[in-house]
Amino acid sequence: MKLITDPNLPDHDGFFAELLAAHRGLSDAESQALNARLILILANHVGDRETLTEALDLARGR
Amino acid sequence: MPYDYKPLPYSAPPGLSGPEPRHRVVVVGAGPVGLAMALDLARLGIASVVLEDKSSVMVGSRAIVWSERSLQLFARLGIVDQVMARAVPWSIGRISHGDDEIFSFDMAGTTTGRFPPFANLQQYHIEDILIARALAEPLIDLRFRNRLTGVDQDGTGVELSVKTPDGPYKLSADYLLACDGARSLTRALMDLDFEGEFYEERFLVADIEMEADFPAERWFWFDPSFHSGQSAMLMPQADNVYRIDLQLGRLANAGEEARPERVIPRIQAVVGPDFDLEWVSIYTFQSRRLAEFVHGRVIFLGDAAHLVPPFSARGANGGLRDVENLGWKLAAVLEGRADERLLDSYNRERVQAADENLRDSARAASFISPAPGVERLFRDQVLTLARETAFAREWVNAGRLAVPCIYATGAPDDPRLPDEARPGAAAPEARIGNGWLLDQIGPGPTLLAINCTAPDGLQIPTLSVRADPALRARYLGDAERALYLIRPDLVVAARWVTAEPRAVSAAIRAMWEGRE
Repeated sequence: MKLITDPNLPDHDGFFAELLAAHRGLSDAESQALNARLILILANHVGDRETLTEALDLARGR
Repeated sequence: MPYDYKPLPYSAPPGLSGPEPRHRVVVVGAGPVGLAMALDLARLGIASVVLEDKSSVMVGSRAIVWSERSLQLFARLGIVDQVMARAVPWSIGRISHGDDEIFSFDMAGTTTGRFPPFANLQQYHIEDILIARALAEPLIDLRFRNRLTGVDQDGTGVELSVKTPDGPYKLSADYLLACDGARSLTRALMDLDFEGEFYEERFLVADIEMEADFPAERWFWFDPSFHSGQSAMLMPQADNVYRIDLQLGRLANAGEEARPERVIPRIQAVVGPDFDLEWVSIYTFQSRRLAEFVHGRVIFLGDAAHLVPPFSARGANGGLRDVENLGWKLAAVLEGRADERLLDSYNRERVQAADENLRDSARAASFISPAPGVERLFRDQVLTLARETAFAREWVNAGRLAVPCIYATGAPDDPRLPDEARPGAAAPEARIGNGWLLDQIGPGPTLLAINCTAPDGLQIPTLSVRADPALRARYLGDAERALYLIRPDLVVAARWVTAEPRAVSAAIRAMWEGRE
C-alpha cells in the first residue's frame, strides 16, 4: 500500500473549510467542474500511478 | 486537378482455360496492404498471385498519413522516392479549444531526419505507385476483376474459387493472405466475425481542393465556433487537396449528412467559399478485431484483421506493420528454413499490436466524443486546464499518433543499453558514414556488432560498425560496445554487451522458432 491513509495533512480543519469556501456560490454544474479540475491537478501532483489506483479503489469503497 | 480514376488492366487468367499449377501464395486484395505484401514477398524471392475484385483504384483519399516506419518499408520496397516526391511531410500538430489554440507539438525531434515523422499522400496515389511497381515485378501476378467466391482449406493448402468477367475458375495455393479490407470477402466466406466495439458517434470526412496557404500541419479543434459542440480536423494532402473531418454527433443521419447541400455549408464554415468538393464519406468509430489472425493456411492482415477509428495513423500503417512482420516468416516457412509454428508468432505479435491500437483508439474516441455526464465533464475540464497548465496538455487526446508496438519478449537483454532499442522494439534508424543503418540490414537477419566483433560460425551476416555519437545515443547508451541481433523486419530480437557464442546462437534459433 503506497497510499497514505494515516493523518498526513496539517491544519486539516482549515483545508476542509477552504474546500467548502471554494464551492460557495457555485451552481451544481460549476461545483462539479471545479471538483473535476481539482482531481486532475492533484493527480498530476501525486504523480504515482499505483497510489492513484489505490486512491480510486478506496474512494469506490473497495 | 481531380484524380483520374483510370481502369486497371484485365486479361483472362490462365485458370480459365486449364488448371493452373499450384501457387505458393495467393494475396486477396490489391490495396496498400495486399500490394505491399506481394512486393515484400517478391523481395524475398517468393512469387504470388494477387486477386482484386475492383476495376479501378478506390475512390476517395481514404488513408493519407504514412508514418516514418511505413516510409522505411516503402524504401525497402523501392518506392519511397516516388512517394516522397508527391507527399506532404509534416511534424507539427495544433490543438484548439473553441477558437483559441491551446497548444502545439512538434515531432521533428523524434526521427533521424531521413524521413519525416509523417508524410501525407492520398491512398489512390500510393496505390498507383504500388500497382506500377507490382506490374513491373516478375514474381507478382496481379489480376484485377478477379473476385474471390469460395475458400476451402485442408492442413496442406487452400482451394479458391474465383469469378472473372470471362467466367469462374479455380486456384490452389499453399497460403492465402487475406488483405481484402474492412469488408473482407475472405472473412465473410469463412464465417468469421470481428469482436469489439462500435461507437454511435458519426463523423463526416471530406476531401476538398483549394488554393490555400495553410501550412503542412495537423489542425484539430475541440468545440470551435464554426462547428459548435463538436470536433473538427484539417490536414493537407498532395495536389492542393485537404482532408476535413467533422464530428456530427450520435443522432446524425448518415445518408442525409452526405448530401452536398448539407456538406458544403459545413465546410464553408471551416475554410470559406472557394473550394471544390472531391469526396465525402460518413463513418462511425469502430475498435474491433478477429480473435485470431492465423486460421490454418489463411492469414489475415490489415483492415481484414482489425479495424480502428481513423484518427491517429493506425489503420493503413498498422496493416503495413502486419506485412513486414509476416513477410520474412512466411518466406522462411515456404523455403523450409523454419517450421510452420513461426507463423504463430505473427498471430501473437500482431494481436498484441492490434490490442494496443484498439485500446489507444478507444481512449481517443472517448476524449473526442465523450458520453454525456461525467465523461464529458472530465474531458471539458482537461481542455480548460490545458489552456494554462502544461500537464493537462499531455492529457488532451485528439488521437495518439501511432508508434510501432514493442513486442513482448523474454529474449536476452542488457539493462545498460538504451530502452528505445530493447528486444521487441523497432530498430532505430541512425546515420552511419554517408548512408543509413537500416539500409545495410537485411533482407535476412543481421548481427549488428558495435565496437566489437561478432562470434564466428553463426551463419548470419554481420554488420560491424564503430559507434559515432548518433549511433551511440540510440544503441549503446553508457555501454562501450554491444552486439544486436536484428530480425529481417528490422525489429531487435536480442542484444548483449558481452556476447557468449552459445547465447547468440540460442537467440538466433529462438528467432527462427518464433519464441516469445
